[in-house]
Amino acid sequence: MALKTEPFVLNMGPVHPSTHGVFRMRTTLDGEVVVDIEPIFGYLHRGVEKLAEQRTYTGIIPLTDRLDYISSMNNNLAYCLAVEKLAGIKVPERAEYLRVIMAELQRIAAFLIAVGAFLNDCGAFFTPFMYMFREREKIVDLLEMVSGQRLTYNYIRVGGVSQDIPEEFLPALRTFVAQMPGFIDEYDRLLMQNEILLARAKGVGILTREQAINCAASGPVLRASGVKWDIRQADPYSIYDRFEFDIPTGTVGDCYDRYRVRVAEMRQSLRIIQQAMTQLPPGPVKAAVPHLIRPPVGEAYAHLEAPKGELGFYLVSDNSIAPYRCHIRPPSLINLTALRDMVRGWKVADLIVIFGSIDITVGEIDR
Amino acid sequence: MKFERYGIGIVKGLMVTIMHLLRHPTVSQYPEQRLNTSRRIRGNEFIWDQVKCTGCGTCTKACPQGAIEIVTSTSQEENKYTVDKYQIDTGYCIQCGLCVEACPYEALYLGYAYECAKYQRGELVQTKEMMLESPLRKASGYFSPKRAAKLPKQTLLLERITEKK
Repeated sequence: MALKTEPFVLNMGPVHPSTHGVFRMRTTLDGEVVVDIEPIFGYLHRGVEKLAEQRTYTGIIPLTDRLDYISSMNNNLAYCLAVEKLAGIKVPERAEYLRVIMAELQRIAAFLIAVGAFLNDCGAFFTPFMYMFREREKIVDLLEMVSGQRLTYNYIRVGGVSQDIPEEFLPALRTFVAQMPGFIDEYDRLLMQNEILLARAKGVGILTREQAINCAASGPVLRASGVKWDIRQADPYSIYDRFEFDIPTGTVGDCYDRYRVRVAEMRQSLRIIQQAMTQLPPGPVKAAVPHLIRPPVGEAYAHLEAPKGELGFYLVSDNSIAPYRCHIRPPSLINLTALRDMVRGWKVADLIVIFGSIDITVGEIDR
Repeated sequence: MKFERYGIGIVKGLMVTIMHLLRHPTVSQYPEQRLNTSRRIRGNEFIWDQVKCTGCGTCTKACPQGAIEIVTSTSQEENKYTVDKYQIDTGYCIQCGLCVEACPYEALYLGYAYECAKYQRGELVQTKEMMLESPLRKASGYFSPKRAAKLPKQTLLLERITEKK
């Protein structure tokens, strides 16, 4: 017997455990099947872009920490790259290597959260999340040793990094790089072949190659759809052209592929850290940059491969101590636009899994 | 979705979980067991050096939040102002450390303590009398390697955990 149903509007969020922050989805349901969704955001809007117009170029760096707060180093780096491009500042060699090490450590930490939260959404309640937080804690310890803070590092400066690494950092990093592959193997054993996870994630929420390119998705979401696009190799910034690493890609573009790509990228990040660690030259860590930077009139856009995708900073200078305009291209927001294509026709429980597999941070979407 | 060998993946995963029984615990029992923080910790109990400070106000200009207030008057000493009022509203402070980085005379330090909750907002404002260094109010090693060398070594989870019991 076929029952006649009416479309039903269900609000998920803004305070919902699976929405990774304060994010609301207005879902239209037909029974249990998702017909349409409408993302509603802005609950965490702090006006970062406008605030940036009133601050000095150095004073904006703490603001960028608070965009994607689980990958602060990458945000710092993206902003500093933009200012350096604008002002034509050359960064010392040692600082470049330190930046790469920090950015890659941060990338692993962000992927650990992304994968842990995704598995949590799938129903593996907090066991994998806690295992991954254990390893993230080690990274956070390392970054705390360098910068003095555990979440908002504020470490990378225009023209280098704020201070040199302490002497106990490199031995600790070496221990970490030696230990970490064992733990990634452990995650693989824990859930990679788990039949429940396969049933929940494989073939669910497929984003085709064309759709992914059409909505300008980037990062693991794009790579899982089979597009080999990584800004570290496509448009090398900093000194990424000196390192050897592979770009893991998926084949189908389902939730399982997005999960697999992230785990595979952790290994590649470790490879980069290993190479950067051995090549680390001595020398100064900061170029001679005036306290108040006054870049010449002009505009610059710098982008990099953040854990979530392409993070870009667009700055316009009017030769004053603050930027005339600062625009941020957040990867989470752009990746989120692909959500509607992915979830149509799936059940509500799958919506949670698909949404978790995109890995968003609301601090970055609302800015 | 059909699986031919349903259950083997789950058993493999459970083996990993069971192996964790043989590992050292990761969690520390916080109020009883305290770990050393980073030597460069950016705590919010500021330390201000009365002798070194010249009242130039560079910290005030560097602060992105506008949390530092300084009032100076002319002094008899050469190259120096008398600092009449110097206070930091730590309610606005985001502990970015830019003021410490900007200070040309190394007269301002961030604090080493981290349990600094207050009951009233007024208590968050730190005046220059409060900010003098004392045994109870230690400075962190942020931007001063000399001070960092004297502080205890940071406990790392990396070194705390051994693989097997």
